Amino acid sequence: MSTTRSRFRTSLLGAATAIALSAASVAGAADTIKVGILHSLSGTMAISETTLKDTMLMLIEEQNKKGGLLGKQLEPVVVDPASNWPLFAEKARELLSQHKVAAIFGNWTSVSRKSVLPVVEELNGLLFYPVQYEGEESSKNVFYTGAAPNQQAIPAVDYLMNEIGVKRWVLAGTDYVYPRTTNKILEAYLKAKGVADKDIMINYTPFGHSDWQSIVSEIKKFGSTGVKTAVVSTINGDANVPFYKELGNQGISAEDIPVVAFSVGEEELSGIDTKPLVGHLAAWNYFMSVDAEPNSEFITAWKAFIKNDKRVTNDPMEAHYIGFNMWVKAVEKAGTTDSDAVQEAIIGIAVPNLTGGLSAMMPNHHITKPVLIGEIQEDGQFVVVWQTSGLVAGDAWSDFLPGSKDIIADWRAPLSCGNYNVKTAKCSGQNYE
Amino acid sequence: MTLIRIFQWLLLVSLCTAATLVNAAAVASDDPLNSAAALLKSSSFKDKSKAVDLLSAHAGEQAGVVLEAFLDNRLYTAKADKRLVIADSRGEAYAVTDALTNEDLGRTAKNSLKIITLNNSLRRQIREALALSDLRHPDADRRLAAVNQLLDRPAAEHAKLLQPLLEQERDARVRDAMQIVTALGALTSDDVRQRLSAIETLEGNVHPAVRNGLAKLQRNAQDPEVLKKIGKVLESIESKLQIYRFIENMFFGLSLGSVLVLAAIGLAITFGVMGVINMAHGELIMIGAYTTYVIQLLLPDNIGASVLIAVPAAFVVSGLVGIAIERGVIRFLYGRSLETLLATFGISLILQQTVRSIFSPLNRSVETPAWMSGSWEINSALSLTLNRLYIIVFALLVFAALYLVLKKTSLGLQVRAVSQNRAMARAMGVRSEWVDAMTFGLGSGIAGVAGVALSQLTNVGPNLGQSYIIDSFMVVVFGGVGNLWGTLVSGMTLGVANKFMEPWSGAVLAKILVLVFIILFIQKRPRGLFPQKGRAAEG
Repeated sequence: MSTTRSRFRTSLLGAATAIALSAASVAGAADTIKVGILHSLSGTMAISETTLKDTMLMLIEEQNKKGGLLGKQLEPVVVDPASNWPLFAEKARELLSQHKVAAIFGNWTSVSRKSVLPVVEELNGLLFYPVQYEGEESSKNVFYTGAAPNQQAIPAVDYLMNEIGVKRWVLAGTDYVYPRTTNKILEAYLKAKGVADKDIMINYTPFGHSDWQSIVSEIKKFGSTGVKTAVVSTINGDANVPFYKELGNQGISAEDIPVVAFSVGEEELSGIDTKPLVGHLAAWNYFMSVDAEPNSEFITAWKAFIKNDKRVTNDPMEAHYIGFNMWVKAVEKAGTTDSDAVQEAIIGIAVPNLTGGLSAMMPNHHITKPVLIGEIQEDGQFVVVWQTSGLVAGDAWSDFLPGSKDIIADWRAPLSCGNYNVKTAKCSGQNYE
Repeated sequence: MTLIRIFQWLLLVSLCTAATLVNAAAVASDDPLNSAAALLKSSSFKDKSKAVDLLSAHAGEQAGVVLEAFLDNRLYTAKADKRLVIADSRGEAYAVTDALTNEDLGRTAKNSLKIITLNNSLRRQIREALALSDLRHPDADRRLAAVNQLLDRPAAEHAKLLQPLLEQERDARVRDAMQIVTALGALTSDDVRQRLSAIETLEGNVHPAVRNGLAKLQRNAQDPEVLKKIGKVLESIESKLQIYRFIENMFFGLSLGSVLVLAAIGLAITFGVMGVINMAHGELIMIGAYTTYVIQLLLPDNIGASVLIAVPAAFVVSGLVGIAIERGVIRFLYGRSLETLLATFGISLILQQTVRSIFSPLNRSVETPAWMSGSWEINSALSLTLNRLYIIVFALLVFAALYLVLKKTSLGLQVRAVSQNRAMARAMGVRSEWVDAMTFGLGSGIAGVAGVALSQLTNVGPNLGQSYIIDSFMVVVFGGVGNLWGTLVSGMTLGVANKFMEPWSGAVLAKILVLVFIILFIQKRPRGLFPQKGRAAEG
């Protein structure tokens, strides 16, 4: 009941802020810098994206308390693309051409990003994308603050292979672009490491799959050959809960067959019964449980902002934290919010991340991050069991796919290209195939 | 309140100072328990692993207590004095005892304790250590669990360890399990006769460790007699496994079928009997699932009973919502199916958004009671998950109850009368409006009951209903509109067909194939499996 009440209070507060903001914008529209927030507030993705909208509002509020940016106050412009991919493109156009926002922070799914991409490029906007994704893309106008496959999937496989001694692999995913591409990269990587075909099992399921009996029983069979087996899961969102429940019910514990997931974070765990998940793994660049000064400050600020002591923080929130601070620094460095100037200024900028290090923007518009592997605990938090010794730079074009291993991205002059083929010395333009 | 707090705190501090003195004295004595305790406080998992080794070698009773607490996440360090403690949750506070001396340290708040974390390899290590000490436990079940734990990672030294115990063992189940471990050890023996007799012992056993052990020997053995024997034994194991796999698939199919039947059977009434295309049917299921959630919130200490209480509660809540929909909207639209479809679709969106505003867009966590978790292990190759088993039984019970209501009660008689010939039923004095409302309420209530079952299988969130609405219509249309038996048979058929296709076609393709099959089937027999016959079919 208390959540309902606090939610109501939050929405009241939100309404009040909105009114105040619109009043402010009437009073002095020229004196603010507008920041676009493009996250679904309704529909299936609202579960994940609403939190990111709140994170952005908090970051903007804090920046305004510090005196704003270039002497002006920041003004958030929130739109709701309603989990509808074509609507994402329309709303992005509205933000850029109607509201004239200086930068957009938004999107979650890859398909929504692909939908927005032509619009941001056409209108020369700036988009900060905060979610781990499949790579194989680098746009002049997009900054990827989430993990590329080499910052999440590949280190996770390395950990299982070297530390746990896994020899047989199940690659299980939901049937859409991110799992398919990630699994293609992982399969190529595993084969390069000498894993035989018969030791890899690949399985795709539809969105929201809830009957996992036969698949879990297949996994159990696959893993009962006496050789250490692990599941690398790119199963998305809702489908995870019945999957882990079925694993528990069929008696497969994390000690027998560990599952490492790339889409299960603190936020997802907060809505479910975590008992069957204890001991399973997740690979991220940030965990709420990380013991670092900036992290505890961030958590305190978040709980105060959202007025709920039970709310958690997660990896994409950290990505927005990093992305927003990078943009602020780049604008300060360039002295203007002009898109081209910021694009040039932001490369090489380093800001603190929440795990106690510095993250820098690379010339390929990806950032450097540490990679952490955590085990799920009963309270829905993670214990870090392994982490990379240093920071890992995001690789836009995977080195393990035949089509992309010769391609690099570098947005500095004179190259200024998102997909430069080092063999043919050609920039093939924005053709992502 | 604060005074008590301060007093507690003072007590704790004084206890701590006393304890540090004692501790300091103990460390000097180089006791394995103490050195293990020191290692456990380290943040490195390697140190903790060493500590577990020390504790298991030590073999004292207290070491076992510490290990068990560690495994259950009950081992903490007190932040104030760095003492190793075991803490049990007592509501808000924690009851704390010293891990080394078992001394009672009173109660303390959670934030004054820091949990000692463990990872998978430590869990395994502890479980194995505990299993070794449990081999002599007076309780036969504990001994059996210990031997089974050893079976998971067979090793020659386990066989040696069990040999003397085997002779003393009285319990038949434990003896059997022990014999398998020793036989697996004997497989690697140099003596051919011993190997042959070990293979004989293992014949017909379907435990994966047995199959792996035999397969390994098959790759390495040279003796033709041994090879021949292994080939035969492996073959018989394989054919047994085939049968179990078939049974398992059948179970999976029936379980999926029972979920489909549960979701569709309410629709079989509203759509089948009344002819209302109710797009909000999925949301009525969702309301049932949320009712379960609310009841669990109200009865946090009684999860097991809450699910049972939720069944009638969900029936009432969803039934009332259904009656409200029928009285408020649908009754004005009888005979205009397109408008009914659009109106109920609108209602479904309204219900979803309402739930989102009340309960948040995030999924809610509905706990599975202990009696529904886990599985019924028939043997090591075949086990049926309990939650699915209960849901199959539950679906059949709901079906039987509904069948009886329609066939044996006066409400059922009136429902059938109105659905067959409304005008005539009215002429006979049946209050058709009242019957409409009751029928719709009954169908909706059953949807709510389905929601209780689904809350145990899938996510409880605002979108829960959407994922079942298409399947529900599919089942009803395939089974034959207006026929309860048709719904049961078609649900089970679709479930079993889906599960038998899934292993070779994948989950995505299996779903598509089932849909294509139904489209073709409906082309051929538009009235479904069990069409209504006679005059009723005309209306």
